[in-house]
Amino acid sequence: MELLLYTALFAPLVGSLFAALFGASPKTLVTGVVTSLLLGVSLVASTILLIFVITSGQFVHVEMMTWITAGDLYIPFGFIVDQISVTMMMVVTLVSTVVHVYAIGYMDHDKGFNRFFSWLSAFVFSMMVLVMSDNFAGLFIGWEGVGLCSWGLIGFWYQKESATWAANEAFIMNRIADLGMLIGIFLIYWNTGTLQYHEAFAAMPALENATLVWIGIFLFVGAMGKSAQFPLHTWLADAMEGPTPVSALIHAATMVTAGVYLVIRSHELYALIPNVGLFIASLGAFVAIFAASMALVNRDIKRVIAYSTLSQLGYMFVAAGLGAYWVALFHLMAHAFFKALLFLGAGNVMHAMDSELDPFKMGGLGKKMKVTMIMMTLASVALAGIYPFAGFFSKDLILEAAFVEQHYIIYTVLLVTAGLTAFYSFRIIALIFHGEERYKLFGFHPHEAYKFMLVAMSPLLLLAIIAGSFKLSYFEMVTNLLPAIEYHIHHPLTYWVITLGTQLFVIAAIFFAYKKYMSKSVKVPDGTSAMEKSFFYKLLINQYYIPRFYEEYLVKPYRELSCVFWKHVDQKVVDATVDGIANVIYITGENSREMQSGNLSTMLKWMVAGLVALLSLAVVFGLATRHSDKIMLILSGLGV
Amino acid sequence: MFEAIAFYLFSFLTIAMFYITVTTSQALYALSALAAGMIFISAFFFILGADFLGAVQIVVYSGAVMALYAFGMMFFDTTRDVKEKKGNKYLITGLATLAAILVVVIVSAPLIGENISAYYPMTEGAGNTQEIGMVLFTKYLVPFELAAVMLLVAMISGIVLAGKKMDLSLTLMSDREIIEMREEKNKKVLL
Amino acid sequence: MEIGLNHYLVLSTILFSIGLVGVMRRKNLLMLFFATEILLNSVNISFAAISHFYGDLTGQMFAFFVIAIAASEVAVGLGLLIVWHKRHNAIDLDLMSTMKG
Repeated sequence: MELLLYTALFAPLVGSLFAALFGASPKTLVTGVVTSLLLGVSLVASTILLIFVITSGQFVHVEMMTWITAGDLYIPFGFIVDQISVTMMMVVTLVSTVVHVYAIGYMDHDKGFNRFFSWLSAFVFSMMVLVMSDNFAGLFIGWEGVGLCSWGLIGFWYQKESATWAANEAFIMNRIADLGMLIGIFLIYWNTGTLQYHEAFAAMPALENATLVWIGIFLFVGAMGKSAQFPLHTWLADAMEGPTPVSALIHAATMVTAGVYLVIRSHELYALIPNVGLFIASLGAFVAIFAASMALVNRDIKRVIAYSTLSQLGYMFVAAGLGAYWVALFHLMAHAFFKALLFLGAGNVMHAMDSELDPFKMGGLGKKMKVTMIMMTLASVALAGIYPFAGFFSKDLILEAAFVEQHYIIYTVLLVTAGLTAFYSFRIIALIFHGEERYKLFGFHPHEAYKFMLVAMSPLLLLAIIAGSFKLSYFEMVTNLLPAIEYHIHHPLTYWVITLGTQLFVIAAIFFAYKKYMSKSVKVPDGTSAMEKSFFYKLLINQYYIPRFYEEYLVKPYRELSCVFWKHVDQKVVDATVDGIANVIYITGENSREMQSGNLSTMLKWMVAGLVALLSLAVVFGLATRHSDKIMLILSGLGV
Repeated sequence: MFEAIAFYLFSFLTIAMFYITVTTSQALYALSALAAGMIFISAFFFILGADFLGAVQIVVYSGAVMALYAFGMMFFDTTRDVKEKKGNKYLITGLATLAAILVVVIVSAPLIGENISAYYPMTEGAGNTQEIGMVLFTKYLVPFELAAVMLLVAMISGIVLAGKKMDLSLTLMSDREIIEMREEKNKKVLL
Repeated sequence: MEIGLNHYLVLSTILFSIGLVGVMRRKNLLMLFFATEILLNSVNISFAAISHFYGDLTGQMFAFFVIAIAASEVAVGLGLLIVWHKRHNAIDLDLMSTMKG
C-alpha cells in the first residue's frame, strides 16, 4: 500500500519534471501524453487505495523521511490516506486526468504547450501533498505549492497585461490569507507542541476555549483566502484569465475546495467551538447568495461559472460550519465533477467562438455543438440540483441539514440561492445554445471540439449524473472519521413538502430562464435598455463595487504610501547607505591601488609598514591583557 | 672593563661596516664591508662565551656565504655604480627604527618580566662546544636533521637554477649569436 | 662599567634598523640580499646575548638554525638571481613589475 501511496503522490511530480525538460521548446505532443498517462497511473493508484480504505476501513500512514527536527520540534514528511484524504485524492486525480487529456486538445495551438503541462502536473502534485499530508506543515507546503502553480497558470498567457494582473492579485490575496493560516498553525504548535493532526487534535480539548477560538478563526482566514470567501473573493473571478482547463481544474474542482478540506480536516477543532462554526456557516450562506446575485447579470460565461463556484463553496462552508462535515465533503466531490464539466464545456464554446466569452454574442450554438450542449445542460441540471442528478443529493442535503439544525435564515437564504443558481445556469445555457444565431452578426464560424476532448469529458458527465447514488456507501466510508449525523426530516409530510417545493422552485427558475433568454427579442445589450439602467443591475454588474472599493481605498493609498517610502526612505536612506558603503570601499580601493604598482621596492616598504602595524598591535594587546584589571577599573570609573 | 672596551669597539666597527654596506654605491665595497661586519659580529659571540657559534659564524658567513656572493657577483656587471632609489629617507629610517624597536620590545618583553627560566642550562665545567653538541644531538636532533635536508635542497636548487646553459659563454659568442639566443629566449618567455 | 643584556639588545636594534633601511632603499637585488644578511645577523646577536645572560643554550641553538636558513637562502636566492640576470640582463628591482595589479 505504501508503494501505491508514493505512486499516487509522485507520478504527477515525475510528469511535471518531464514536461519541464521540454519547457522552453515548442509543442511536443509527448509531454501532454506522458503527463496524462502518469496522472492516469496516479488515478489508478488512488482508486486502489480507495477500495482498500473502503473494504478494510484502515488508514495508510507512512513517514517518508524526517524533515525538521530541532529541539522539541519534529516534523516528518508524513503522508496519510484515510477516508477524507482518499476522497480528495480521487477527486483531484480524476478531474486532473480528465483535464489533462482535454487540455491536449484545448492547448493544441498554444506556444506554451509543454510549459502548461509542466505547471498543471506540478499543481496536481502540490494538491496531492496538501490533501495527503499528515501534519499542518506539509499541508502548508502543499497549500503554498498550489498557490504558486495557480499563479503560474492564471498568468499563463503572460503577454496579456490582464492575465499577469489577475495572477498577481490571486497570489497576493492568498498571501494575505496565508498569513492568517500561518498564525493559526503557529498557535497550534505553541499550544499543543505538535503539528501532527491526530496529536494536535487530541491535545485540543484540554486547551482554553479562547485559544481554540483564535486557532479556529486564523485557520479559517487561510481557508477564506484559498476558497475565495468574502471579502477575499475578488481574485476568483479575475482568475478566469487563465486557460479554461485551468479554471476547470484549479478554480472549480480542486484548489478552491482546499479551504473546505481544511475545515473538514480540522473538524475535531471546530466541533469544540460551535460559535465559530456558526460564523462560518453564516458567511458561507452570505457568500452563496452574494455570488449567485453577481452571476445573474454577468456577461462572461467563465465568470458566471466562477461566481457559481463561489456560491457552491458557500454551500460547502454552510455544511461544514453546521457540523455536517461529511455533507460538505460529499458536495465538494459532486460539485467538482459537474463544475469541471461545465468549465470544460465552456472551454469548448470558447474554442468554437475564437475565445469570445459574451453569451449574448452567441445563441443557437446548439445546432453546431450538440454534444457540448448536452453535456453542459446536464451539468447545469446537476448544479441546479434536479433529481436524480448529483447536485440533488449533495445540495439538498445541505438544505436539509440547515433545516434540521433549525437555522431557518440560513435555510431560506440557501433556498433562494438554489433558485438563483438554476436561473443563472440556464440563462447562459439558453443564451449560448438556443435562440437566435446572433454569432453570425459578428462573423464567427463555430465548430465542435475534437472528439477525444468530448470523450475525455464523458467520465465527468457520467459522474455528474450518478454521483448521487454513491451517497450511502460514501456515508458509511467517511463516517468512520467524521461525525455520523444523518440529516432526516422526521415528519414525512414536511420532508416531501420541502423536497418537492425545492424541486418545483428550481424547475420554475429554469423555465423562467429559458423563457426569458430563448426569445427572439434577446439582443446584445448596449446599455440602453431599462434594465441596464436600473440601480440593481449596475450594482451587480460592478460586483457590488467591491473591486473598485479595494482599488480606491486599499490599493491606491497603499501605492501612495509605497511611493513615499520608495522616494524618501528607500532612495534617500537605504540606497544612500548602501551606496555610501560601496563608495567608501570603491574610493578606498581607488586610492590604495597605488600600492599595487607592481614595484617590488614599494611593496617592500609596505611590507615593513604592515609589519610595524602588526607588531604595534601585538604590543598593544599584550599590554592590554597584562593590565586588563586596571583597564577595567578605569572603564568602570568612567561609567561604561 | 676589558669587556666593555671590546664591546664598544666592535659595536662601532660592526655598525660602521653595515652602514657602509647599505649606503655604498659600489657593489664590491658593499661585499667587503659585509664580510668584515660578519667577522666583527663573531667577536660578540666570543665575548658572550658562545665560542662554537663564533667559529660557525666565521666559517659559514665569511667563508661560505661571502664566497658564494663573490662568485655570484662575477655573473653580474659589478663595476658600474649601483643606482639608488630616490625616496623619502626619513620615512625609511623612521619605519626601520620603529620596526626594530618593536621587534626588540617583543623579544625582550618576557625577559623584562623575568618570567622565563632556562630550559637547557649550561653545564658546569663543560666547554661551550661540548654543551652545544649535547643539546643539539639530543633535544634538537630532528630540527638539526631537517636543517641538513634543507641545506641539501638549497644546494641542489642553486645548482639547477644557476647551472642552466652554463656551457655557453657570452664572451666567446659573436654578437649576432647572442641576439639570436636572446630572441629565442624571449619567445620562450612569451610562450 | 658592566656590559648588560640591554647593551646587546640596543646594538641588535641598531643593526636591525640598518638592515631594514637597506632593504627599503636598495634597488639592486644583490644589495638587497646583503641587507637581509644584516637583518639575520642582528637577530643572531640578540639570541646569543640572551642565551648568555640567562644561561640557556636555546638561544644559541636558534642562532644556528638562523645561520642554516641564511645559507640556504643565499644558495637559492643567488641561483634565482643568476637566472633572472641571464634572462633580462639586469637585476634592478624596479624592472620587476610583473606583479602589477
